[in-house]
Amino acid sequence: MAEKTIQIEIKRQSGPDAPSTWEKFEVPWKPGMNVISAMMEIAANPVNAEGQQTTPIAYDSNCLEEICGSCAMVINGKARMACSALVDKLEQPIRIQPLTKFPVVRDLAVDRSVLFENLKAVKAWVPVDGTYDLGSGPRVFPQQQEMAYPLSNCISCCCCMEVCPQFNESTGFVGAATIAQVKLFNSHPSGKVLKEERLRALAGDGGVQECGFAQNCVQACPKQLPLTEAISDVTRDVTLQVVKDFLRA
Amino acid sequence: MAAPKIIVVGGGLAGLAAVIKIAEAGGNVDLFSIVPVKRSHSVCAQGGINAAKNLKGEGDTTWKHFDDTIYGGDFLANQTPVKAMCEAAPGIIDLLDRMGVPFNRTPEGLLDFRRFGGTLYHRTAFAGATTGQQLLYALDEQVRRYESEGHVRKFEGWEFLSAVLDSEGVARGICAMNLRSMEVTTFPADAIIIATGGIGAIFGKSTNSVVCTGSAQAALYQQGAWYANGEFIQVHPTSIPGEDKLRLMSESARGEGGRVWVPRTPGDKRAARSIPESERWYFLEEWYPKYGNLVPRDVATRAIHKVVYEHGLGIDGQPMVYLDLTHIDRATLERKLEGILEIYEKFVGDDPREVPMKIFPGMHYTMGGLWVDFNQMTNIPGIFAAGEAEYQYHGANRLGANSLVSCIFGGFQSGPNAVAYAKSLKAAAGDGGHAQELARQQELNKQLLSSDGTENPFRIWRELGETMTKNVTVIRHNKNILETENKIDEMMERYHRINLSDRSQWANTSFAFTRQLWNMLQISRVVAQGARLRDESRGAHYKPDFPERNDEKFLKTTKASFDAAANAPRFEYEDVDIQHIPPRPRRYDAAS
Repeated sequence: MAEKTIQIEIKRQSGPDAPSTWEKFEVPWKPGMNVISAMMEIAANPVNAEGQQTTPIAYDSNCLEEICGSCAMVINGKARMACSALVDKLEQPIRIQPLTKFPVVRDLAVDRSVLFENLKAVKAWVPVDGTYDLGSGPRVFPQQQEMAYPLSNCISCCCCMEVCPQFNESTGFVGAATIAQVKLFNSHPSGKVLKEERLRALAGDGGVQECGFAQNCVQACPKQLPLTEAISDVTRDVTLQVVKDFLRA
Repeated sequence: MAAPKIIVVGGGLAGLAAVIKIAEAGGNVDLFSIVPVKRSHSVCAQGGINAAKNLKGEGDTTWKHFDDTIYGGDFLANQTPVKAMCEAAPGIIDLLDRMGVPFNRTPEGLLDFRRFGGTLYHRTAFAGATTGQQLLYALDEQVRRYESEGHVRKFEGWEFLSAVLDSEGVARGICAMNLRSMEVTTFPADAIIIATGGIGAIFGKSTNSVVCTGSAQAALYQQGAWYANGEFIQVHPTSIPGEDKLRLMSESARGEGGRVWVPRTPGDKRAARSIPESERWYFLEEWYPKYGNLVPRDVATRAIHKVVYEHGLGIDGQPMVYLDLTHIDRATLERKLEGILEIYEKFVGDDPREVPMKIFPGMHYTMGGLWVDFNQMTNIPGIFAAGEAEYQYHGANRLGANSLVSCIFGGFQSGPNAVAYAKSLKAAAGDGGHAQELARQQELNKQLLSSDGTENPFRIWRELGETMTKNVTVIRHNKNILETENKIDEMMERYHRINLSDRSQWANTSFAFTRQLWNMLQISRVVAQGARLRDESRGAHYKPDFPERNDEKFLKTTKASFDAAANAPRFEYEDVDIQHIPPRPRRYDAAS
């Protein structure tokens, strides 16, 4: 009996400067399988649809439950996490390529370190006095927690940056994820001590002013962060900060 | 004297906690991680973190937390460090709170706590059902702060291969491989902290992340580090079976009132919600009236196995039981469990608010690990270990929500201890063994690249996972374990005939994986053989042929050391510290 199979096409590139080519695969179907398990299958049997020996696909992955943020890629034209991309819900052939706004390392693996650099630039942390015992933290009411928690769910996958028309080299835009973290830390009872520094970091080129309100980010976010709301809140605060700084000067 | 140089390997909770303590004390740290540290496996922890803060008027104390932990671990854990951890836990929660972890709150703005397995108290602080993610991010943010101040250098995308040991066997650095350029380099350090997590990958599919191969621990074991209590593997009662992995369904689902049941009629075809109460069997509640659905994980896992395999009552004849939340109101579910309900919905396609979830036990946690002393140092001078990679806080079974606290506590201990050790370290003779270790690792890479056989490493790995899961998890028979040991011997032999389908020297993930595979085989042997030698039942280790705990013979820590000449483990046993709580029978079904 012929085994049921799935058709996959993967954009491959052996290194950052190498040319890219599409390679086709035919992989045995299994119930409930996702894009990651299809690539695991290719690794265990590295043969392409033409029957030629090939190499296993290079890609980033770790938790496989959409919480570590590793396996973002473009699947059938959509930036999303490969682990939660269930094969039965995808049109075939499934076309998989690396994120397009980040340097390719190899195949589907890309370098997203720019986000971590951005988080440094906006001081996305609560500057605690020290780790020694200083007693309880500040009281936080459930309403504040319910505002903060969704923002703190950002998995740094960079899908919001991938789909943003303004996120490119010419604008140097930091992207929605970083702005959402500014809102998070600026609203924390002790994190807000760095509020002015964070807002200044987002004033000027590459800051909140680059946002073109395309609203692609909020639709692409796999964790449903309220990104557009965060951008508009932070934009307002940046504007106020700029005015304040101007008057002070 | 210059500030000591510490290397931390692993950027999960334990590693980051160690880094923070060292940086805070003015030390310099090099932090190595396979993945960007924010993507470490700690991010997967769901339900919460334990600390006896007693904010619910129940009279909870750190002593009760200590007693629950020791009893839950079936008295195998050394008591002194566990006691210290439970005493430190409330302060750790306060610190995390100050760092901005969005813990759930009471109307008064205080920390909210929920119940978890193996205790009768509300002792678990939580941030929705993604507590590990929130804790990891809080520590990641603090480390980023120290990184921007120049105290921390991150080496993300580097894999630890081995320790650099001098002629006296003292650690002088590490050897690591850049996972992009595949370049192998040694890095000097005065002390090293290993915080590389669990070993789930040896079971093929588990709730662990892809990087949890145990490769670093296994490499150190082959360099002379003792590996303790390897046979103690936690199989979580509630996971979602999948093609690529088993996804965890948090114990918090039961902590918030979730109930486990099966239809009383074998092969009942009706939809779950149409089966009347009288025709459902809530077996955990019936067998364990006091703890109900919140018995410890090993107990719940064995009960599910029994219902499925002995009573033949798995849903529709399949190895699955129901975990039911549908009686809980939606607002509560959203507020407290949203993260895990989304996982179920996304990966299974059913809404667990409307339809009971189908779950089955899955390999989850490594209680054993590198042997460490009470200062978190292994038997190799200068190598410390913290978190799931070491063995000391959970005995024969870990209680839910104790892992996060043990990771952070272990990290907080190991950091300052490593600094203190490093300050009194004498200078190394010669180059401290760097050139020799570099040459050894380069030679191993060369051999592998020139290996010209027919064996696919991923297929060997699948077979390893299948045999380990079948014979060395919930129910253990010596005959079957021996079969697995023989199979591992065979796989080790096949390993030498591996065919690397990719020999390139750029971002070669299958090459890195094949290096890990050898280490997985080595550590699998330690787990399997340790299980075979322990003829008793204790915590997660259950042998039907030896159903009772045998304190006289086995109230002992298993210590495996590597015999290089025989390429095999040697086992010895060490007394357990029981100075605070005398061992008593562990009976969750009893009334008291």
